[in-house]
Amino acid sequence: MVGASATAALAAVPSAAGAAPVSIDKPVLTKVSLTVNGQRRDLELDTRTSLLDAAREHLHLTGSKKGCDHGQCGACTMIVEGRRINSCLTLAVMHQGAEITTIEGIGQPENLHPMQAAFIKHDGYQCGYCTPGQICSGVAVLAEIKAGIPSHVTADLNATLQVTEAEIRERMSGNICRCGAYSNIVEAMTEVAGRPV
Amino acid sequence: MKFDTPAGQNPIDRLKVVGQPTDRIDGKYKTTGTAPYAYERHDVTPSQAYGYVLGAGIAKGGIRGMDTSIARTAPGVLAIVTTLETPRMERGTMNTAYLFGGDQVQHYHQAIAVVVAETFEQARAASFLITVDYTPETGKFDLAAEAKSAKPVKGDSGEGSGGNGEERVGDFEGAFAKAQVTFDEIYATADESHAMMEPHATVAAWEGDKVTLWTSNQMITWAHESMAKILGIPKANVRIDSPYVGGGFGGKLFVRADAVLAALGAKAAGRPVKVALTRPLIANNTTHRPATIQRVRIGATKDGTITAIAHESTSGNLPDGDPETAVSQTKLLYAGANRLTAMKLALLDLPEGNAMRAPGEAPGLMVLEVAMDEMAEKLGIDPVEFRVRNDTQVDPHAPDRRFSHRDLVGCLKLGADRFGWAKRNAKPGSLRDGQWLVGVGVASAFRNNMVMKSGARVRLDEQGTVTVETDMTDIGTGTYTIIAQTAAEMMGVPLDKVVVRLGDSDFPASAGSGGQWGANSSTSGVYAACVKLREAVAQRLGINSADAVFEDGQVRSGNRGVPLGEAAQGGLTVEDTIEFGELSKTYQQSTFGAHFVEVGVDVHTAEIRVRRMLAVCAAGRILNPKSARSQVIGGMTMGVGAALMEELAVDTKRGFFANHDLAGYEVPVHADIPHQDVIFLDEVDPISSPMKAKGVGELGICGVSAAVANAVYNATGIRVREYPLTLDKFLDRMPDAA
Amino acid sequence: MKSFTYERPSSPSEAAAAVARTPNAKFIAGGTNLLDLMKLQIETPAHLVDVNGLGLDTIEPTPEGGLRVGALVRNTDLAADARVRKDYAVLSRALLAGASGQLRNKATTAGNLLQRTRCPYFYDTAQACNKRQPGSGCSALDGVSRQLAVIGGSEACIATHPGDMAVAMRLLDANVETVDAKGSSRKIPMAEFHRLPGDRPEIDTTLKAGELITAVTLPKPLGGTHVYRKVRDRASYAYALVSVAAVLQPDGTGRAAFGGVSHKPWRVEAAEGDLPRGAKAVTDKAFAGAKPTHQNAYKLKLAERTLMAAIHEARA
Repeated sequence: MVGASATAALAAVPSAAGAAPVSIDKPVLTKVSLTVNGQRRDLELDTRTSLLDAAREHLHLTGSKKGCDHGQCGACTMIVEGRRINSCLTLAVMHQGAEITTIEGIGQPENLHPMQAAFIKHDGYQCGYCTPGQICSGVAVLAEIKAGIPSHVTADLNATLQVTEAEIRERMSGNICRCGAYSNIVEAMTEVAGRPV
Repeated sequence: MKFDTPAGQNPIDRLKVVGQPTDRIDGKYKTTGTAPYAYERHDVTPSQAYGYVLGAGIAKGGIRGMDTSIARTAPGVLAIVTTLETPRMERGTMNTAYLFGGDQVQHYHQAIAVVVAETFEQARAASFLITVDYTPETGKFDLAAEAKSAKPVKGDSGEGSGGNGEERVGDFEGAFAKAQVTFDEIYATADESHAMMEPHATVAAWEGDKVTLWTSNQMITWAHESMAKILGIPKANVRIDSPYVGGGFGGKLFVRADAVLAALGAKAAGRPVKVALTRPLIANNTTHRPATIQRVRIGATKDGTITAIAHESTSGNLPDGDPETAVSQTKLLYAGANRLTAMKLALLDLPEGNAMRAPGEAPGLMVLEVAMDEMAEKLGIDPVEFRVRNDTQVDPHAPDRRFSHRDLVGCLKLGADRFGWAKRNAKPGSLRDGQWLVGVGVASAFRNNMVMKSGARVRLDEQGTVTVETDMTDIGTGTYTIIAQTAAEMMGVPLDKVVVRLGDSDFPASAGSGGQWGANSSTSGVYAACVKLREAVAQRLGINSADAVFEDGQVRSGNRGVPLGEAAQGGLTVEDTIEFGELSKTYQQSTFGAHFVEVGVDVHTAEIRVRRMLAVCAAGRILNPKSARSQVIGGMTMGVGAALMEELAVDTKRGFFANHDLAGYEVPVHADIPHQDVIFLDEVDPISSPMKAKGVGELGICGVSAAVANAVYNATGIRVREYPLTLDKFLDRMPDAA
Repeated sequence: MKSFTYERPSSPSEAAAAVARTPNAKFIAGGTNLLDLMKLQIETPAHLVDVNGLGLDTIEPTPEGGLRVGALVRNTDLAADARVRKDYAVLSRALLAGASGQLRNKATTAGNLLQRTRCPYFYDTAQACNKRQPGSGCSALDGVSRQLAVIGGSEACIATHPGDMAVAMRLLDANVETVDAKGSSRKIPMAEFHRLPGDRPEIDTTLKAGELITAVTLPKPLGGTHVYRKVRDRASYAYALVSVAAVLQPDGTGRAAFGGVSHKPWRVEAAEGDLPRGAKAVTDKAFAGAKPTHQNAYKLKLAERTLMAAIHEARA
């Protein structure tokens, strides 16, 4: 079974849903305007372009990282319309007119956001590849707690939320750091949240 | 500079910059997303095309044909290079499996084609239009089944652990038979994936017959040699550049298919090409830490003196592959007059097993340190005390050979004190906190200290700025910062007067990042170059270099003080390499530690959660306690993964790792890891290097998984001897919770 | 990913009509699963109908005293809604136990119901999988199956529904509201929404081609204590090995549904009567006829003990 079916499967056989024969599709180009880090950017993109690749490959905003391209690591986290999302799992064309903040819009080397400065102070990174995603998430997580959005570890769904280490750990769990800087990241975020570290 | 006598007093001992918990100098780039990783080098060469790699859909067999005709006509496609039209290419340094070429498939997802197109979307789509006609062959995929036919084999991890197929001291069997108390158990560790966050990636550009590869690689010197060999061109025609590496853990020690296929794709397309391995390809296409089956036997007197110890390990690999050197630490960690260590290797047709963070010691200690815990309990001795009682200050295989510096006992005792070990409940399964059964565990950490030849170039300019260039890499280890600290200390300048440039094969060859040798070796190389620069400065200023004091940006001799930059009229550049003599043979050089872990095990579901972690490390001078601590907690985190969740799930029928993405292969997330404490013992090791430092990057993972497993036992009274300790392995043994 | 055309219709029925008239068209909402699968060419739509602009993103009370949750309400907003937190806590808890903060910000109510299995063979296009490629076989039966279904599977498929939200909705007897291209709507009880694989594992739900989910309605609150207990190998951001959604009343009666065990949220109403007798009585009945593989047989014990944990938590 394996050999024969593997051959067939690699041959881009139509999936269960569709019955179209093998076809060589032309890219479909679409115009899209995004407001990225406060700047309007007009692009003409293949509809298949993810928001992540629009930023990295078309706008050369490479701060957002591609760790898995499947929503499994969080390295691509951006803040879109005020909310953090995995930019690898959304199409750029779905964000016509949207306000997008990438790590480049959070702060710059000579003008660091307090979260970036706290990551440096607490060594909340090692190789640096997950770091922009961690920081975008970190900024958004503190806002989510402030906005009263509960989490898996919130003991009482109807009580006022606190910034606790457990809340930070749970909410940051969509951002994988294989270097294992978690303990330091929590300290950086705790400091930014204004609680004693 | 030759380092063949123990270091005396030197400028590093001032510790004005070295040894300080300095923030990373590359921190502002990493935190703002401005540090450039390989796939992001839009700046280095224009009009880069996109390569997409296709992996084999079978585990073993041949390829009869590949039809690329439709794919070649797909929109945007510039070139397709297939394995069938490419003769099997040479392997690079340390490669076991072939990276590309030929009609044979050695393992699942081995690269068989690269599609180059104008855009990523086009290359990806076209890759699905290639049809492949395979002739599958049956293969061997089940370590447990093949272990019976495994052969004794010598092996070397290339990272400081290794040995012969069998090594003996005294008469193990005789002593074990006579021992008052004996212990004999078999354990298993799982195949693990490096799962670094940055996929393997390369931009390749040809200029005539010269190629430049902007890539993500831990060992530039090896990559340089390897790519020349693989491409069949002189080394002088290859340049490698890898200033930022998004994690490696051994997975980027050697060149991989991304580099080869970027180069081939760029040649075929006549344009620069960039290639990143897709995440679902990485687990099977690249290397992994091989699974092991290990047996440990310990014989001791009733008072807990080890008289016989044996550690045997079986692992599998492709033909030409090495065994996992999991018994290596057992030759050195504890005393005992009669000893046996042995390794066997089974041939498997799974993807290539190779080095992953602390190869050998990491899986070896996962077993040895549980066995020590089991034996301590059998003897009725506290597990900390049992380890202390069997400490050795000499190499048990060569008693004349002392450790350069060894304070395992200090680590265990301080750790026990700080962790509150005395409060441990020795009776397993007897402490409950709400829904949790709570337990604590201890394990020794041990990792050899390797030293490697390492070069650097240092340049002084008229502003007094010191620029260091070396092909050393920073894979998250903090290399930029500790090299800057070293140069600043040596030249007496503040940190912001040092510029560090890394990862370029045009720079002097360094030790590279592997085997936890990088920090100590590469800073020693910078030390050597700085010694030469100090001499050159002194000579230019007409000062006796022995009298010269380099501090505060000045060179002082007697009453005379000259700004350092004045010596650099017209520029001053020197280069040197540290080379290590016999000291690493005369003395056994190793690093030590003790891990203490507290876990909770859910009374109903047997889910395990880590509650507290402490590591105490004795690893020579700590060059930067902040980044060194990060290395240790990172190792501890990866060790928690190995203990509790990490396992490449082998489909033993089809011959591949089925959970080949980051949803299927679970690594620890934030919620798995508590606050972690690390204590470094205040020590120096002048026998190791002029920096008096040792490696620390892998010590953190060594032993920690066993401490977790021992804590689980203490919590539940259940021994799980097969990693990872997922609940399915012991739920049926959990006590009634109702 | 194959090329596709893209449109943003302005009403639900227009969206349904667009999908109905265009060959191989699909709705896209959050996209977190569809795009994941399109990148691997497991899903290959030729046309995407983006429903994000349709509204359908409010939570309104129903005349029956329940709640009507718009199809495009994001998981984050549904979990955080004060009424859901108060009266349907099991739903909040289930949502919060799923995925990550980033994914919940994007994932929608309707999309979550439609997420496809995480079976490793479904995800690997070089392997046989009847769900992905009907008739190719099921590699999971004798392959890596530790995460897969123990009950309700077939010789053709042992995939699980991977979600958490649907388990809570099944427990709550929610109804899925849909509209089709002709503009006619219907309500599908959650019990009938997901199907068992049988010999057609490529079909996950009872939705008809082109039918668009517009809302999920929750009946009036059940009261009692709500628990969602999810067991997984790591502490967060992982699919369930087993999960239990339960609503328990002070007298010990209640409801219980299981996730991670079947092709659909697994609830056996006839077994719930045994809740006062404890977990084992319920799971013995609910999992009667289970056919685990040797790799996932542990799930039977785990289901019992997870329900035990849920009962314990409810009583605490």
